[in-house]
Order: sequence, then C-alpha cells, then structure tokens
Amino acid sequence: MKKQNPKQRIKNFNEVALGMSLEEALKEASRCLVCKNARCSAKCPVEIDIPRFIKAIKDKAFNDAIKIIKEKNNLPGVCGRVCPQEDQCEGACILNKKGSPINIGALERFAADWELKNASRVTRYALRTEGAKVIVIGSGPAGLTCAGNLAKLGYKVTVFEALHAEGGVLVYGIPEFRLPKDIVKKEVDYLESLGVEFRKNFIVGKTATLKELFGQGYRAIFIGTGAGLPNFMNIPGENLNRVYSSNELLTRVNLMKAYLFPEYDTPVNIGKKVAVIGGGNTAMDSARVCLRLGAEKVYIVYRRSEKEMPAREEEIKNAKEEGIKFLTLTLPKRILGDDNYFVKGMECIKMELGEPDSSGRRRSVPVPGSEFILEADTVIVAVGQSPNPVFLNATPELKTGKWGRIEIDQETQATNIKGVYAGGDATAGEDTVIAAMGSGKRAAKAIDNYLKTKKLF
Amino acid sequence: MFKILTNEKIAPAIYKMELEAPFVAKKAGAGQFVMIRIDENGERIPLTIAGHNDETIVIAYQTVGVTTHRLAGRKAGEYLLDVVGPLGHATEVKEFGTVCCIGGGVGIAELYPVTKAYSEAGNRLIVIIGARNKELVIFQDELRKVSDEIFITTDDGTAGEKGFVSDALKRLMAKGGKIDLVYAVGPALMMKAVSDMTKSGGIKTIVSLNTVLVDGTGMCGSCRIEVGGKTKFACVDGPEFDGHKVNFKELVFRQGLFKEQEKHACKIRGIGITKG
Repeated sequence: MKKQNPKQRIKNFNEVALGMSLEEALKEASRCLVCKNARCSAKCPVEIDIPRFIKAIKDKAFNDAIKIIKEKNNLPGVCGRVCPQEDQCEGACILNKKGSPINIGALERFAADWELKNASRVTRYALRTEGAKVIVIGSGPAGLTCAGNLAKLGYKVTVFEALHAEGGVLVYGIPEFRLPKDIVKKEVDYLESLGVEFRKNFIVGKTATLKELFGQGYRAIFIGTGAGLPNFMNIPGENLNRVYSSNELLTRVNLMKAYLFPEYDTPVNIGKKVAVIGGGNTAMDSARVCLRLGAEKVYIVYRRSEKEMPAREEEIKNAKEEGIKFLTLTLPKRILGDDNYFVKGMECIKMELGEPDSSGRRRSVPVPGSEFILEADTVIVAVGQSPNPVFLNATPELKTGKWGRIEIDQETQATNIKGVYAGGDATAGEDTVIAAMGSGKRAAKAIDNYLKTKKLF
Repeated sequence: MFKILTNEKIAPAIYKMELEAPFVAKKAGAGQFVMIRIDENGERIPLTIAGHNDETIVIAYQTVGVTTHRLAGRKAGEYLLDVVGPLGHATEVKEFGTVCCIGGGVGIAELYPVTKAYSEAGNRLIVIIGARNKELVIFQDELRKVSDEIFITTDDGTAGEKGFVSDALKRLMAKGGKIDLVYAVGPALMMKAVSDMTKSGGIKTIVSLNTVLVDGTGMCGSCRIEVGGKTKFACVDGPEFDGHKVNFKELVFRQGLFKEQEKHACKIRGIGITKG
C-alpha cells in the first residue's frame, strides 16, 4: 500500500496510508488460498468471514465483499485502518509462515472505501421496529458495535454521547492522518440508517442517571464509557504550562481541530522541542501530531527498550520515518519550569532491563548517577488512561474492581445489575479498537438472549 | 441545537443569556456549569449556571476573547450548537449559620444561585460584591432579595465603598460578628486575597475555580490544579475547593497558557481584548 512521503506528510494532517489501488487489491486478493478452516477468521474478534470477502474482491464482486464484511463488522472503514492485523488475522494467515501474509487490513479498507466511493449504502437490512428499547452509553467502538448489532436484530437503540460528536476515541483520540474523521462520520451515518438514534451532549450520570433511564421504558443498557481519565506520572512539575496529557493534546487537535486554528477557535500551544512520555500508540500519535504542529524536535521517552513498546510496529516505523527520536530506557524524574511556569526541560535517568514483571515484560531499573537534563519546552504525558469516573460516581450500585473498571462476566459482558452490560475500555482497561468491538458484539448477543428469555422483546 | 431566548448586555462587556436547555435545567444545582459550543468552528468553553427555570438556564459572561465576543453577537431566536451539563459538583448546601458570599466581576452573577440556595437552607447571608466601577456592579437587585446584608465595593469608589471586597471582609471580621462560612467566586487574585484573610481568621472558605477546560468531563486534565498538595481536576473534582488549600499562584499561571493564541485570534478578527 502506498503511503505519503515522510517529508511531505509531516507538513499536513492528511491520511498517511493511501489505500490500495484496484490493481493492487485484485493482485493481493488473488494470492489468498481461501483456506477451508480459515485461521484468519478464527482470530478476528468480530468473526468476519475473511476468505469469502477476499474471494468476492478477486471476483470483482465488490458489492458482495462489503456485504460479507458487514454481516459481522459495522465499522469496516475504521477496522481496515486501525486494527492490529499483525496480531490477529494477518498474524494467523497460513502465508505468514513464509513471511508474506495476505494484507487483509488493506483489503478490508479497500472494500469499505469502495462502498463509500461507488455506492449508496449497499447493505440494507429489513428492520423490525417493534423491538424493545435499549440504551447504549458512549459512542466509541464498543458502543457503536453493540448498537449496530442490536439494531440489526430489530431493537430500538438510543446511543447517549457526552461529547458533541459521535465516535468516542475514534474522533477525539486517533488523529486524522491515521483515521480520517469523515470515515467515522460515514460509519455513524450507516448505523443511523439501521435505525440507531444518537443523542449527543447527554452525560449519563449528570444529565440523567441510569435509574431514571430505566424508568423511561428502556429494557437493557450497555455501558461503553471508555477509559477517559488521563493518568499522570505524579512527578514534580507536571502542572507546568505546556505539559499536556495525550488526551488533552489529541482532543484539542482531533476533536476540536486546533491544527486549523485560528480558522477553528480552539488553540493548542506547542513549542519547538517536545518530549512525549510513553511507548504506546497514543504516544506515537502524540509525537506525530506535534511534528505536524511545527515542533522541530520530538522525542519519545520510554522507560523500557523498544522491544517492550506496546505500540504497533507499523506506528513505530511511521514515527521513525518522520524523524521522531527514540529515547528508550529513559525515565523522567521531574519537569523543570521557568519563571513564567512554562516547561524548560525534563530531568531523566537512564534505565537498564532487569527481571520480567507480572506482565511478562522485563522490568526496568534506574542506573545510579545517570541523570541528565533533556532540553524541552513541551511535555506530553501518554502513560495510559483509567475509566472515566463521571458515570461511575453517579452509579454507585454498579460493581467495579481494580482501577475503577466495571466488573463483568467475561462471556456475556453482564454487570452485577440485571439488564446492564458493559464493554470496551471501561471494563478491560486500555485495549484495541477491535477488542472493544468484540466486547460490544458479545454484549449485543447476550442482551438479545436476556430480552428474549425475559419475553421483553 | 439550543435556542437563545434572550441575550442582553447588563453592564459594559457583561452579558446575560437565557437558553432553552430542558435537560440541563431539570438537573441544574447551585455552583454547577455547562460547556457550550457556538457552532462547528467554535471551541468548548465552560460557563457557570447563573440561574434556571423549568426549561431554561441563564448564563452570564464577560467578553474577553474570541468565543465570548462571538457569543455576544448572537441574537434571541438564534441557536447554540452544543450545550451540555450540568457539570461539576453542586454546592454543598446546608445550615451553617452565617454565610458570607463574596463575588467579583462577572463572578457576581455566578454568586447568585449559590447565595439563594444558602439562604433557602436557613442561613443568614452577608453578601459582598466588588467591581471596577459602578456600571459593572451587576445582579444587585437579585442578590438583595436573598441576603440579609449586602456590601458593595468599587475600585474607583463610584458605588459603595472605595476598595476591594477583601477590605470589606476585613472590616466585617474586625467587627467580630460570627461568620461560619465564606464562599468566594471571581478573579483568582480576589479569591486568593479572601482565602488568605479567612485562613488567619480560621473561617472555612469555599472558592469556585475558573480553569481552562476542553471537555469538562474529566477526560483531558486541562483544568488540573494543585489543591492541598495533590493534583485535582476542577471539572470533576470541583469546581469548588477549600480556598485554604488551593495553589492560586499555579491557577493564575495556568490561566495564562493560551494568552498569546487568544491575542492573535482576536487580532485577526478585529476584536479588541477587554481587560479581565
């Protein structure tokens, strides 16, 4: 798949990966062995019939290809772009043994983009409208998937979203150059065409409580409120000006379009030398955003080695191509400020790898006396998120566990409250878009079972 | 879409807007705020709820930057694209005894629902409001109705006593009347002056902070502020905090993060910046 040239792309927010041409897609599809017991499908969290849709592409039946995908996946344009295929379908592809798996993600994206370009919505479902009323809280990947699947089963689904735009982390978190917001909008439009109703600017827990919503005739609720509470390091200087959580930086830039300031009213104040703390996809996104906002030097500061980084290999590669410097085995100790309370540097200490910890990753330990000052005027803290407390605080009857995550039955996503289900990062902690979608799908199935058993359908 | 019912100038550079927002109105408590966005290009800004009816809320704002200037240009009958809330914790209202409510600048409008709630809970209310001059003294009639005593201060002495709200508080404390609780809302330095004074007097003091916000729901941490040595998020942990524990110096610095950008945006739009 072609990509924008690194020198060029760091000057714009347009999509980096350009998608497959028709010829490329046909050629790639023709390589597929169309395995009977497809290992790729078995590894897909939403169980797409991968060999069948690839065969449809090969046969130039693009209409069928997208239909097959949409039997299982409501957000193909998103998944084709941001799924970690290397750990899932492509990782499982039999051809991966020879090091050349089918580029399934790119083919999925090709089919989704083809639909957007060439067809009015090709996938139509006969909708029943007599279904019970169900609420989905949060319109991120888990919520959208649960809503879409329930709508396909005939339920009347209302999705409540706290922000002014649907998509959750897909619109506030992932940058335009990795996932154009127009794609998210189109996927949401598709769900609306299935009969899903979206209520923006509605914060469950504030605008109305869970209990009040049940009182309005809703029969079941899915909670997909995400991991919207940024973690900080708790080191001195973290409240200095130009220290941002990755959430703040990305929300300003992605959701509020600060990269188009002053045409858009939301500002962002980034200096010339940026240190991004963390090694996940969010850290890579933050670093690449800063580069595009005009920073001259951008560092990734990570306490372990590159091998332990949770970011996708592809994203690490993209970041390096664009000139991001990697300071691995480096731990920030404090952020230094000037007289006006702005960042002027960051004191770090070098680390070395020790024994593996409970997560299996090798623990890093400080090297005594190796402190140094990293010159920086901006610091982005990208060290993870915890579940957002607004809804949880207003819903004390809901059982939560470690770090405020909602406790669920792993198979059905059911919470301790009858008729209430939960999924995505609100239950699992930070995970991938597709993992959240998988949980939304399981919950939809369980909600359908529950309502049918209770004869509430 | 949220319909604007009225948008009137109540003092130089200060406006009062009534909006149709039934869901927010139903839940609104004293001290809470909404996030608003004017249109597709707009930023999200927090505004304290200065009053509400069954279906509507009242907000008051001073034209200080791009968004508030644009807001002032909106007419009754037009719409705001987004209004969400009520956000933040509502004021803890119970019978304390004598409560002294202090407001400065546009904070006076925000003081009104809080004073009213304290009054309705059976407290004796002393209100002190301060502004630069007579024209900027707002919400005077409303506040009179819900208070037992009211003191007005102006920087230039054109209304009430010449001086600051802290001068009036100082005199009040010197007289030795019992004050059980002080509530202050207004410019950071005013809240600091009040908190410093009540700290030495040992009077519990609540302040309502006006930090920079983006989402208003705990998601971004833009509003973080040191309170009692710990970092708090004003949007979800506040906006009210113990005034004796707030790091006001940090608050002032953090409020200035986007000053240059704001200046630039105002300049290219031909907006003169009003001094806060």
